[in-house]
Amino acid sequence: MENLAQIAPLIILFPAIGAFINFFWGAKMGEGASAMVGTVASGSSFLVALGLLAYLTGNGFNPAVINPPLLDSWIRIDSVGLDISWQTRVDTLSVSMTLFVTFVGTLIHIYAAGYMHGDPRFSRFFAYLNMFLAFMLILVMGNNLLMMFVGWEGVGLCSYLLISFWWDKPGGEGIANSNAGRKAFIANRVGDFGVLIAIFLSFWAFGTLDYYKPNEIPNPQVSAAHLEEETDSSRVFYSFADEDVEMSQLGMFGQVARYVRIDEAASVSLDNARTILNQARGTGDEQLIAQAEALLETTRAEADANRPQFNIGPATFGIGTLLTLITLFMLLGVTGKSAQIPLFVWLPDAMAGPTPVSALIHAATMVTAGVYMMVRSNIMFHHAELTSIIVALIGATTALVAGFIAIGQFDIKRVLAYSTISQLGFMVAAVGLGAYVAAMFHMITHAFFKALLFLGSGSVIHGMEHGHHHVHLHDADHPEAVTHDSHDDDGFDPQDMRYMGGLREKMPVTYWTYLFGTIALAGIWPFAGFWSKDEILLDAWYVGFEKGLFQGFIVLGLLFAAAAFTAFYMWRQIEMVFHGKPRHEAAEHASESSRSMTIPLVILAFFALFVGFINIPSGIGFPFTFGLEGVLGVHLLGDFLEYSIFAEAFNLLTFNALIAIPALAVGIGGILAARSVYGGGKAIDASGQDPLQADPNTALVWNVAYARMYWDEIYFALIINPYIRIADFLYEVVDWGFLHDYFHDSVLIRGYRSMGDLLARPFDLGIIDGAVNGLGWLAGRIGGGLRLTQTGYVRTYAVALLLGVVAVIILMLLPLI
Amino acid sequence: MIDVPSIADLNLTVTFPAVFLALFTMVVLIVDLFIPKDRKIRTAHLTLGGLVVAFVWNVLVFDSNQTALGGMYIADSFSGFINFIALTAAIITCFLSVDYLKRTGIEQGEFYSLLLFSTAGVMFMGAASDLIVVFIALEILSIPLYVMAAMRYRDAKSEESGLKYFILGAFASAFFLYGAALVYGATGTTSLPEIFASVEGIVATDSGARLYLVLGAALIFVGLGFKVAVVPFHMWTPDVYEGAPTPVTAFMSVAAKAGGFAALLRLMVIALPELTANIGDTIAIWQTTIAIVAAATMILGNFVAIVQTNVKRMLAYSSIAHAGYILMGVAAVGTIGVAEEATRAALIYMLAYTFTNLGAFAVVMALEKDDGSGTQIADFKGLSRSRPLLAVMMAFFMLSLTGVPTTAGFIGKFLLFGAALEAGLVLLTIIGVLTSVVSAYYYVRIIVNMYLEDGEGDPAEGATQYLNYATYAAFAGTLIIGLFPFLAVNLLDTMMIAGLF
Repeated sequence: MENLAQIAPLIILFPAIGAFINFFWGAKMGEGASAMVGTVASGSSFLVALGLLAYLTGNGFNPAVINPPLLDSWIRIDSVGLDISWQTRVDTLSVSMTLFVTFVGTLIHIYAAGYMHGDPRFSRFFAYLNMFLAFMLILVMGNNLLMMFVGWEGVGLCSYLLISFWWDKPGGEGIANSNAGRKAFIANRVGDFGVLIAIFLSFWAFGTLDYYKPNEIPNPQVSAAHLEEETDSSRVFYSFADEDVEMSQLGMFGQVARYVRIDEAASVSLDNARTILNQARGTGDEQLIAQAEALLETTRAEADANRPQFNIGPATFGIGTLLTLITLFMLLGVTGKSAQIPLFVWLPDAMAGPTPVSALIHAATMVTAGVYMMVRSNIMFHHAELTSIIVALIGATTALVAGFIAIGQFDIKRVLAYSTISQLGFMVAAVGLGAYVAAMFHMITHAFFKALLFLGSGSVIHGMEHGHHHVHLHDADHPEAVTHDSHDDDGFDPQDMRYMGGLREKMPVTYWTYLFGTIALAGIWPFAGFWSKDEILLDAWYVGFEKGLFQGFIVLGLLFAAAAFTAFYMWRQIEMVFHGKPRHEAAEHASESSRSMTIPLVILAFFALFVGFINIPSGIGFPFTFGLEGVLGVHLLGDFLEYSIFAEAFNLLTFNALIAIPALAVGIGGILAARSVYGGGKAIDASGQDPLQADPNTALVWNVAYARMYWDEIYFALIINPYIRIADFLYEVVDWGFLHDYFHDSVLIRGYRSMGDLLARPFDLGIIDGAVNGLGWLAGRIGGGLRLTQTGYVRTYAVALLLGVVAVIILMLLPLI
Repeated sequence: MIDVPSIADLNLTVTFPAVFLALFTMVVLIVDLFIPKDRKIRTAHLTLGGLVVAFVWNVLVFDSNQTALGGMYIADSFSGFINFIALTAAIITCFLSVDYLKRTGIEQGEFYSLLLFSTAGVMFMGAASDLIVVFIALEILSIPLYVMAAMRYRDAKSEESGLKYFILGAFASAFFLYGAALVYGATGTTSLPEIFASVEGIVATDSGARLYLVLGAALIFVGLGFKVAVVPFHMWTPDVYEGAPTPVTAFMSVAAKAGGFAALLRLMVIALPELTANIGDTIAIWQTTIAIVAAATMILGNFVAIVQTNVKRMLAYSSIAHAGYILMGVAAVGTIGVAEEATRAALIYMLAYTFTNLGAFAVVMALEKDDGSGTQIADFKGLSRSRPLLAVMMAFFMLSLTGVPTTAGFIGKFLLFGAALEAGLVLLTIIGVLTSVVSAYYYVRIIVNMYLEDGEGDPAEGATQYLNYATYAAFAGTLIIGLFPFLAVNLLDTMMIAGLF
């Protein structure tokens, strides 16, 4: 078991190989083999992830750092102490990420084999999916920020490639697809800039980008128990707590903890000195006051000398300011990758990609990268209070705003996209509240039920297209070969919920699994979403009421509202898509999708129901947990992740019915409200309008949601259009008008010409040319002359060889003489 | 009493890559008899299988640091790396040969056996720890090459090439043997470590033995210098390279060279590093000679290459020039304390050169017509338009041969020049740099022809599937070493742990 962690690099290697094979030979292999390669690569990664889990449980959850052979040093500049390795890190955080990434990934691979059937670039699609998985695993498994950034950029690239995968669709749609890809890429670039700056700052301040050095552990307290059991004493665990350890032996997070500790010690001694002074003043004894003042002065000087200082350019920061800066820049990256306000606008457009992509990348895995980065850097966020407040507020606001917009959408995938943004907001808010476990918990449950919902929507779209083709092409020769050329000349859109309705009978498997996903997302007990959402709300309550911090109250309120919206728009979707009567002939003739697509749905539905039990809170018992806490234990995930989170940043809360019951009520209330508005066959009224739109009381608000709160329009007005105007001005006036027409033609060309004339005649032709030609001639002559020795006669060669021998012997013997 | 070693003492496990390959040659030879004339591709597949087995085994016994076969064979990092080069070259050559042999009508199963034999020879040469083994390996390496050079026997040029190579090679072998005899006379042993042990005493006593030792070293150098084609023992090279079937030329230019240099480095590093003129000197007696030869080789190779019009001939001279560069590394070994760095530089240079040169030859073969024509420099005109990918790769190989950064050639030259400077061979380094500049002249001419000259553009019909595999492999190797030099360096360092030094 000790060496089991050595397999860690394989988890990246398998999908990389899969991508490689599909890139180069995929087109020749045919669909079956191509899908097989992709799925097996992904499944192998899942097996490796299981192996790593086995390693962790078998080794007291102590992390391992693996250097892949031959790649142990990636960038190394000894003179400045820069040494960045391709180290992979096996710890509870990275393994819990890899487990769900590879598991959901594998299911989506299987699903895609059915969904992409008949696509001309089938193998290319699987190559991209595998490539994405490889990058995602680099992101997760890396032991330093730079590796994470490689993965970060890599998944961004794959996301771009996959969003614009159907760039060649006819009509304007292809261009719209590639524009969506570009939008995602550009919005992410803005965020990546933040990550880069955060990396630069970290390296500048800490001299390393490693999270932890190989023998270091973030949370010595919980590992202490296992340390005593540890028989192998060769393993040295040192950490920020051990004074004997040099700062340079610590990874960046250990250094942060140590610096904060030093800083706090300085503050404490200063406070003590102040207290002494105050006591002295109380006595009124002049001599004592003078002594105490002197003490305060020396303490202050000492404290100032002891406090860690960081010089960034001309500025000097204390550790608190530095952490705030780094985390704020990281937050910018998070808003890009994890689609938060203000950079979230790319995610709804990203739905232009094939549905498996939306499920894998834009719901379950890639978009969680930002949350992962923040949880990974928990110690930094924990000590950056200002950033934490901002993070919490951004997350909660995003959750509410996106949840609101989702109510006004008709595109089945777009609703889910806004829902994803909203749920990511929950996770980000949790991080801001210091609830790192809750964020991870919601990330995992969300990965399952959101992937389920996306795949379900894909199945619906597939069924709709199928029905549409059935209607229009009565020669059912190739009913399977539905290529996703969705927009036909009649303007039919298979993703528009207004055309759907009544699909419950046509697609029963899809319906039931979709229902499971919906209930899970709405947070209804006992589904997964209930447990994870409740934990976030609980943390908000804790921060607000127990700690008395204002952000706790705000977040709690915003998230409750967001939860209500969540239940509402999800049930609206159920009513529009599955209930009622078919509103279009395509829906009338829709049929259930193939096995390859429904089996992943069923598996995911199972998990949407049960995955919440991996982190049962304490304080809730048998009837509500089905007694599963006896099997799985309480706080299974929390205890697992504790080994990767700093002790001071870690807390687990007990179940609180005062939060859970209102949360449940809000969820059920949202569903009931949606049912009363949309249920009973009036999901879309006769004029093709949403009932809320038709009702004059709600039309105003609904239209704002329908227009997506004008985010895109505001960006266009505030940023993009001015930008284009500046670009136009620079292009037309500065560049062409001034630089080209005037400066270039009049100043440069004429000046250059006269200089050239001057140089050419007397100088170049005479002197330089002569020399160059002479050299060329000489080289040719030398070569030609030597060539003459090459006569082709063996006897000549033999003589030359003999002469050479004589020459060598003479040369050799010369030093002896 | 004669001490009969047991099988266990022979320590065959670590010799497996080479021994297996030698035995496998017999298998190929016999199995080939039963393969019908029109299915010789199976022989190629069988050969490839054997090479891959040897390759994998070599990876497994990479840095075993053991002696075997009664101390005559060293399996250490150094031999592991040479095996790596030899097997890579053989595998790529195999891919190069399949279609070429068929379309030029010389497809014979023996070809592959000979190729394997020769490869085994290279591997034994890298692992030899005894002058007798070096000699035997030299012959195992050479004799198949004589035959292969003459394989296109309907072409007078090929026949001439094989004969010339054979006669001159025999001549050079005789010198080697004479040198080995003299060394034996001086030291009383043929084992390299034992020679090393006796060198100090010989230098100290200033006896006649020293004269014999130096003479012997000179003659061994001649023998091996012929194999690696350094001036003035290079005369055979252009004729043989031009006449031999092109895959043979490609193999000869890298594998035979690697074998020769391996033995030379072994000899100089293990046996004779302390053969100084006086006790306490830091420079070996043979360094000046080798430095002069290296300089002459670089100058002649590069300058004569300029005036060639045939690409195969041009590459022949270029290979002479590259032998000069590697020889520079051998010369640097002569300064005490630099041996490790210089050996590493020479080995990495060889690996880089192996990939690059095989790639260049692959592209040449793609253009070569069935009758052997189509290898003029002018034939490259307009290739960028007819076969853009091929042109890009050829351009890359040419830049690598010149030594432009991001290519493998640059890494090799960088390390070599660094080692030479460390060894105090400043003048030699300057010559090396200047001749590199000269070499750009003829390498870039190919690029100019491909991209800037007007021309139809050769359809490159020789670029068959197998050939493309070889080209891609060579391209990947060149690119990877160029971009991630630490891979090669780490590989070598892993292998060199306490192995040689």
